[in-house]
Amino acid sequence: MADLPLLSLVTFIPLIGALILVTFLRGEDEAAQMNAKRLGLLVTTFTFLLSIPLLTGFDMGSTDFQFVEEGVWFAGLTYKLGVDGISLPFVMLTTFFFPLVIAASWGVTHRVKEYIACFLLLETLIIGVFVSLDMILFYLFFEGGLIPMFLIIGIWGGKERVYAAFKFFLYTLLGSLLMLVAMIYMYFDAGTTDIPALLNHQFSFEAFDLLGWQIIGGAQTLMWLAFFASFAVKMPMWPVHTWLPDAHVQAPTAGSVVLAAILLKMGGYGFLRFSLPMFPVASEILQDFVFFLSVVAIIYTSLVALMQEDIKKLVAYSSVAHMGFVTLGIFSANQQGVDGAMFQMISHGFISGALFLLVGVVYDRMHTREIAAYGGLAERMPIYAAVMMLFTMGNVGLPGTSGFVGEFLTMAGAFQVSTWAAFGAATGVILSAGYALWLYRRVVLGQLIKQSLQAIEDMNGREKAIIAPLVVLTILFGVYPAPVLDLFGPSVANLLDDVSAAQEAAAGIIDLAHK
Amino acid sequence: MEQDLMIAAPEIAMAIGAMALLMFGAYGGGDAQRHTVTNASALLMVLVAAGVATAGAGERIAFSGMFIDDGFARFAKMLILIASALMLLIGRDYLERRGVLRFEYPILIVLATLGMMFMVSAGGLIALYVGLELQSLALYVVAAFNRDSARSTEAGLKYFVLGALSSGLLLYGASLVYGYTGTTNFGGIAQVIEAEGVSLGLTFGLVFLCAALAFKISAAPFHMWTPDVYEGSPTAVTAFFATAPKVAAGVLFARVLYEGFGDAVPEWSQILIFVAVASMFLGAIAAIGQTNLKRLLAYSSIGHMGYALVGLAAGTPQGAEALLVYLAIYVVMNLGTFAFVLSMERDGAPTATIEDLSGLASRAPAAALALAVLMFSLAGLPPMVGFFAKFFVFKAAVDAGLAPLAVAGAIASVISAYYYLNIVRLMYLSEPGDPLTINAGPIQQTTLLASSVLMAAGWLPFLGGFGLTEVAGEAAASLLR
Repeated sequence: MADLPLLSLVTFIPLIGALILVTFLRGEDEAAQMNAKRLGLLVTTFTFLLSIPLLTGFDMGSTDFQFVEEGVWFAGLTYKLGVDGISLPFVMLTTFFFPLVIAASWGVTHRVKEYIACFLLLETLIIGVFVSLDMILFYLFFEGGLIPMFLIIGIWGGKERVYAAFKFFLYTLLGSLLMLVAMIYMYFDAGTTDIPALLNHQFSFEAFDLLGWQIIGGAQTLMWLAFFASFAVKMPMWPVHTWLPDAHVQAPTAGSVVLAAILLKMGGYGFLRFSLPMFPVASEILQDFVFFLSVVAIIYTSLVALMQEDIKKLVAYSSVAHMGFVTLGIFSANQQGVDGAMFQMISHGFISGALFLLVGVVYDRMHTREIAAYGGLAERMPIYAAVMMLFTMGNVGLPGTSGFVGEFLTMAGAFQVSTWAAFGAATGVILSAGYALWLYRRVVLGQLIKQSLQAIEDMNGREKAIIAPLVVLTILFGVYPAPVLDLFGPSVANLLDDVSAAQEAAAGIIDLAHK
Repeated sequence: MEQDLMIAAPEIAMAIGAMALLMFGAYGGGDAQRHTVTNASALLMVLVAAGVATAGAGERIAFSGMFIDDGFARFAKMLILIASALMLLIGRDYLERRGVLRFEYPILIVLATLGMMFMVSAGGLIALYVGLELQSLALYVVAAFNRDSARSTEAGLKYFVLGALSSGLLLYGASLVYGYTGTTNFGGIAQVIEAEGVSLGLTFGLVFLCAALAFKISAAPFHMWTPDVYEGSPTAVTAFFATAPKVAAGVLFARVLYEGFGDAVPEWSQILIFVAVASMFLGAIAAIGQTNLKRLLAYSSIGHMGYALVGLAAGTPQGAEALLVYLAIYVVMNLGTFAFVLSMERDGAPTATIEDLSGLASRAPAAALALAVLMFSLAGLPPMVGFFAKFFVFKAAVDAGLAPLAVAGAIASVISAYYYLNIVRLMYLSEPGDPLTINAGPIQQTTLLASSVLMAAGWLPFLGGFGLTEVAGEAAASLLR
């Protein structure tokens, strides 16, 4: 067991599944469609089971990369995989969500084979992002995810799907290519693309002049900005978030779930893997800038969410607001803040994933996402109402749900650095209670007066089975967050030690920048 | 002398082969032999490629330095020969169906290929000019090969007039260089520059040379002929234009600049930076509005040459290596893409309208998937191999301290991604329009499939990139010794 290249297997098994699907499965009839879905579910479940030994075999006390695999790639590039406490939770989140996502797609009838193949391909690429320990390999997976996502939004999306797919694609591509240039520069500077080696490399922060501007923090600042351009779009942060609501609204339910629960986490993971540890000085210099954007994101997008008439759009905007907490936490660069950001990302995965699934449940029945078309669902759908209640509360950050832990920790972390930022974020929590509860009131509560809703059915067995694990985990991590915090705690602490050491060494420059 | 002839044996074999085929065609039944001549020409090129591959390592110089046979030239020759042979075979059925396949066509292609082989082996300005003209004259004729079509004739004429202009520029530049250095050999030019530096007259000569070569490689701002010629020529000829001549011109460009002007990097680097940036952006922006796939690919090739020149602009060994890798990957992508374009038909007539691709994925899923892969690869998206082509040139540029050039390239490739994606959109996201048939023979199918599989899977770790970068690295090293 120890000799199995476990990470490679977990990464590439979905891809192999996709190839089998495309090559061998023929026909468009119902049986073929069913086979495609079954195969997809089988492959993703198998991947999930295979990833469990990663969790059980993981040495929680160590901050090193584990399950490392290294080999020659080509042209002087290396193939290197491994996980630490920061990446493992995301790997697990991904393998855990994909079977649910495939199960949630049981109702798809249009080009099913391609649909499942796209999702399997996407799973490979996402896991690859989290396990890559080579910068170029990371980039390969990071960018590659655009292709299946483009197709998923574009083929199976709603009315404006083509526009949304292009917007999603071009926005993220622009950010990523700037990151690529920065990566090449890093390789040039450090002489390696190995991520663990780069984590120990100190990039220059000597100020220099560029086109008449003095760049404080020098090369670090420029590279930080290039990475920021990419991760901020993925995250997404205000003001480059506008692709997200479009993409979400137009994507099929499963696409939205993957987008919200997993894809958005790539931005946060990127900040934690690259921006903060590799450019600590620039992170400190630009802290105020990130805080400003985060707080604007939290407040502004919460206000925008209040005004939405489309359920999915509302949840999408609330995602942007929640990601604001994540960036706030990461760049406070203290244990509570970063722990909170990690926790918030995982918990947001469960909660927003569940909310999109729940929107999908009513959308499958009514084929509309307009809030005004609903009302009083509790009368005919009691179970739905109860589950929806739980996740609405999670979204608000009510104690007892996992949403609370993340938001509380990030605000505690931010408070130590900037009172104003924490104040702004707390305002956002109040606003989030506003839009989430108001949504619940308009959709679920009240009188069931709409004719069209008279015959609506409650959740069926499949839907309950999909949502059940999310319910359990949201409550479990809400009341007992320790297992998750222990998983990434040591790695985060280690990361922060390095960061603060580097920042102290450059204290003079940072002071200068603050003036 | 005998030794000299041995070194040029592949070229001599090509020349004799072309003559023999011409005689055979002319006296052995004329157009009735068109298939035999085509197949024999392809076979000839493959055999010569095999000969080049087994010629052995090292550098051999013949004819008092006029002709160089080194790793760099051999790499380019193999690429050119294989691309030409494949293009002949892919285009054969197309021309046959249009009734324009005549026995002279393959012979002209062989002669053009011979010219390209001379270009990449040129050791001096005279050999360069002779090779270039041999190639160009053959290409002017094949551009106008569909003589009943006004578009094709127009394409041939346009190409001829502008080509003549660029030859004039080249000759003028060459005469200036000769006047200020007293030699036409690249090695001699390099010695003079090393000893005396770059004089103003020499710089002028260099600028004219660069302009003429940029014309041949169809880089902006000398690209004007490209879209019209691509659109007007028979598609089989367009496919040929897009591949082998690009390799030849790119490699020749590298040879002139590295071997002749290796000590004058600051002088020509600026020119190349400008040409590269202009080409990348022009290729990206002008392609957006195109409705004809052949025109779109013309702009795409302009853009791609811009990226290839980014590698050259670096002026380093890595830059030359990146250029070779880029050209090789570019050729493979274009072989596949043109295999597809050649088989596009509507109501039995060839078509290249982009709108016709609407909804293709539901009617011809395999072909659509293959084309989609190639489009993603042309756009330079990972994990497709096209990404690595761009990656290596950007890396060479950053290594040489030209990070802003890499940033410009990155921005241009986002813009260009739009129109490649647009093709994928039409195939996958649009409702089927008028029925488009894919009339692909086994050769087209195999080429399309092989090229897309290579592009989609070439990066997998266990394949080791097929050793392409190692071979290109050795080839580039032989250029710079």
